[in-house]
Amino acid sequence: MVRFPFLFNLSEGVNMKMIRLALLSMLFFMVAVPSFAAGRLTYYCSTDIPWCELMKKEFEKRTGIRVAMTRASSGETLTKIRAEKSNPKGDVWWGGTGDPHLQAAEEGLSQPYNSPKLSELHDWAKTPHTATGGKTVGIYLGALGYGYNKELLAKKGLPAPKCWNDLLHSAYKDEIMMAYPSTSGTAYTTLASMVQLFGEDGGFNYMKGLHKNISQYTKSGSAGIKASARGEITIGVVFVHGAVKQATKGFPIEAVAPCEGTGYEIGSASIIKGARNLESARKFIDFALTADVQSMSAQVKSYQVPSNKNAVSPPEAPDVSSIKLIDYNHALYGSKAERTRLLKKWDAEVKVLPR
Amino acid sequence: MTTPSFSPETTPGFPGIFSKDNLNLKLWLGIAWLGFLILPWYAAYDGFWSFIWVTDGYPTFDEYSPGILQITMHDRWWLWPVALFLLLPLSALSWSKTDPRYALTLLFSGGLGFAFTLSQGFILGLHGWGWEFLGDVFGPTEQKQFGMGYGALLVCGGFLFMFTQGLAARGAIKGDVFVCGSIGFCIVLVAIFVFFPVGRILINSLQDDEGNYVFSLFLEKITSHSIWGLDCFSSNLSCGVAWNSLLMGVLVGLATTVLGLAFALLVTRTGMQAKGFVRTASLLPIITPPFVIGLALILLFGRAGAVNVFLEWAFGIPPSRWLYGLTGILIAQILAFTPIAFLVLIGVVEAVSPSMEEASQTLRASRWQTFWTVSLPLMRPGLANAFLLGFIESLADFGNPLVLGGQYEVLSTQIFFAIVGAQGDPGMAAVLAIVLLMFTLTAFYAQRRWLGKKSYATVTGKGDAGVHVRLPKRVAWMAYLTAAPFLIMSLVVYGMIIFGGFVETWGYKHNFTLKHYIAEFSLHWSEQYGLLWEGAAWNSFWTTLQISAISAPLTAGLGLLTAYILVRQKFWGKDIFEFLTMLSFAIPGTVIGVGYILAFNVPPIEITGTGVILVVCFIFRNMPTGIRAGIAAMSQLDPSLDEASLTLGAKSFTTLRRVLLPLLRPALVAALVFSFVRAMTAISAVIFLVSADYDMATSYILGRVEFGDYGLAIAYSSVLILVMLAAIGLIQLAVGKRELGRRESFEF
Repeated sequence: MVRFPFLFNLSEGVNMKMIRLALLSMLFFMVAVPSFAAGRLTYYCSTDIPWCELMKKEFEKRTGIRVAMTRASSGETLTKIRAEKSNPKGDVWWGGTGDPHLQAAEEGLSQPYNSPKLSELHDWAKTPHTATGGKTVGIYLGALGYGYNKELLAKKGLPAPKCWNDLLHSAYKDEIMMAYPSTSGTAYTTLASMVQLFGEDGGFNYMKGLHKNISQYTKSGSAGIKASARGEITIGVVFVHGAVKQATKGFPIEAVAPCEGTGYEIGSASIIKGARNLESARKFIDFALTADVQSMSAQVKSYQVPSNKNAVSPPEAPDVSSIKLIDYNHALYGSKAERTRLLKKWDAEVKVLPR
Repeated sequence: MTTPSFSPETTPGFPGIFSKDNLNLKLWLGIAWLGFLILPWYAAYDGFWSFIWVTDGYPTFDEYSPGILQITMHDRWWLWPVALFLLLPLSALSWSKTDPRYALTLLFSGGLGFAFTLSQGFILGLHGWGWEFLGDVFGPTEQKQFGMGYGALLVCGGFLFMFTQGLAARGAIKGDVFVCGSIGFCIVLVAIFVFFPVGRILINSLQDDEGNYVFSLFLEKITSHSIWGLDCFSSNLSCGVAWNSLLMGVLVGLATTVLGLAFALLVTRTGMQAKGFVRTASLLPIITPPFVIGLALILLFGRAGAVNVFLEWAFGIPPSRWLYGLTGILIAQILAFTPIAFLVLIGVVEAVSPSMEEASQTLRASRWQTFWTVSLPLMRPGLANAFLLGFIESLADFGNPLVLGGQYEVLSTQIFFAIVGAQGDPGMAAVLAIVLLMFTLTAFYAQRRWLGKKSYATVTGKGDAGVHVRLPKRVAWMAYLTAAPFLIMSLVVYGMIIFGGFVETWGYKHNFTLKHYIAEFSLHWSEQYGLLWEGAAWNSFWTTLQISAISAPLTAGLGLLTAYILVRQKFWGKDIFEFLTMLSFAIPGTVIGVGYILAFNVPPIEITGTGVILVVCFIFRNMPTGIRAGIAAMSQLDPSLDEASLTLGAKSFTTLRRVLLPLLRPALVAALVFSFVRAMTAISAVIFLVSADYDMATSYILGRVEFGDYGLAIAYSSVLILVMLAAIGLIQLAVGKRELGRRESFEF
């Protein structure tokens, strides 16, 4: 027969101590665990930190729901959501350019929701919503354009560019930076916008002409304007609000919304499929589409155009009525097939050309 | 005739449970039973360190029940075999170790028990069947289970060590229970936390967009022109990424090794003044907060940087962007990785025995000849491992090529954008990662061949009281000339970084301000709540400190233990195991991060969103430095030292602790410093693994950098630099010095 005396021997003598310890620790955990009566929400955020934090705090204040926030760029967040697909950990994903949100919708990573606030939105904000069957909705608009360094431009005696076609002028040779369309959402939006603005052939001819003047393709979309701010390059192709932001930081940057009209990104928000706190996630979307919440973005120096018609646009924000926006086809150019086709074509026809 | 188990103190046939016989087995069997009977079998939803379950329905509530109740109360009948495999070895308690039944029982129940427990977790997951084809074969199931918890963990551990004890009883590794256990432990850990996640993502390389396995697609991708193209020889287009990476890796590996050697020689073998200062200054760049070094270099050498502005003013040379490209990457990487080579080499250089050099000089060799023919060849293990680390680090680094690479494309950045970029092509990322691993494997075997089968033992039990001869003048001058530019660079760069935290906008508006520090680290005293940690950075700062402090000793310990196994023990598959340990280090962090989510976001091992995943990731990503430093140092120690200890009756664990470890102090310092610093500064894997409760400093800094808030990022980085310097000092103090004869030994 097998006996296990040690199991019992061990506890002899330490009995009282152990019981006391157990009781104490129980007490400790009862104190240490707060109650989340109002629920919780796991929130993935892809704008800059201050705006993310503002949204989190404001939502907690208004609803009493405890928010756990993780911030990463929109590409990284999409990658994370994709990797977590079999056991989703996030509930709602807010901010970042619309493209990854559209990709998420296409890959079935997000779920539809019709917010009661939809009727208060600009038409452009509803486009992604209709295009994806309700899986993502626009929260802000950022027009595409470029920014230049005024000091450097004056020093070199170059004319101030106003249009897309100005950038093709040979005077700007080696003075322009943009990102690779295959690595950056900004640069892909540029490519897609040119194709929509000038037609497929015209658009690619434009990209070929621009290619001759490009000093360097960067990998991240915002690298160009940052380099321009510090005088490393004269012109950076970016979203206008990105250029405005550098200017408000004190750099000699002038933002340009090109005269021919331009494409734009729609910063979006989506509810992740399989969200554990679906009710909280829906409340968050309603909250994010509310006019007074959107009006708060100027507090954290974010100058995108809000999607709620009643929201107050920050005075520094580029005036959307003065920008000619093209009728950007998000459903087509956000789809994986078309994106892959355009990027392959750019790689094959533009990238290989000598400069 | 009596066998040991029939000794008078014990009951015949049943050695007393408290006798010292089979103590190890009793311990691990006890632990396994504890895990099965008492602790919750599954992991609590609230995280590894959460003990909510104690009050929240334990032991009867489904999610918190121990294994035995899961079977009896919650109808998880498939766990029955676990009980069986736990019952069997009880019989072994009464047998002597020499009894063949003892070994067989342990091998059988330990091995099968481990395999069963793990595989049942994979077979039945959170949503029923773990693989679709099981559903096709057995039909749908209503059953599901969560990730493994404490209970399953202990049971698995128990099974594993039962198995290794069975191996030892069969005579493996001369019957050494400790060494057998260590080998088993390290292999299982590396398999789970390195091979599994890396394999999980590399498998993508064989899949097309729909998830079908298409081998021809893999062949097409891996032979593609963009990877292997040679256009740079025939036109002004760039060559394939593979060649670019290879060139960069070899240059950085060579440069860091030479620089590291120069510093190690200067510090140990010259009469140079201010050695302490030089050591600290040369170590400084190991602390490279993400992207900040890159920006400092841009401000220094960029088109609008100080150097170019000066050149234009003085000589009328128009500013250009020469920095961007291979040049910039080389400067930044050499700056960042030389300290690693230095850390590996200093212990090795120090341990070269003066006796051999004396012998050479007695034979009338000049100091110059002695250095080149005796001292330097004896340093080969250090040189080889330093080169290997430099090469691998360079290939895997992604921050510097991103910021400074211009259009010089390398594998690591291509991998990052294949995963994260607009195109989103994980298959291509996996293919590129495989190319990168092929280079690593080649470098690994090249260094092995270069070292050959020679003995580099210079620390022996014999009297060895000499002092190193000074370096020959010419060598000393070479060392000075190599080291000086590096030292000046690192001081200038770090001076600039500290400065950048105190000005309004670094590189543009240089008026003094404290606002960045206030925003990040302000403290506030309020009557109502007491001390308030108001600064935005405190949360991630404390988490980072905590995670780094936990992972550093674990990393160093596991690294040196692995080095010990690799250098001193022989077992089947050792070479493969050695290469596997380097996998997670050699692959860019992005791949590791995504691989970790894919592998550890679902049962049976579900640790995403916890601090555990960060600690585990750091351990296995940084362990190779400990291993390489340990291997380099240990191959200098004469095995007769261990043998003497073993002959005198010490166990192998005691030998490791009392004989080898004190002689390995420089390697231990290297491993601790590196793993602590890396845990604080690593970025690419971390992005994917941080969560709201466990946010890390680097992911926070990156968030600031992405939106151009350099002041805040730099203020934070400066504080981290100070913390890390303090930590390096503490590590040195805690580990202590190694004493070899009358030779001076060194502190950082």
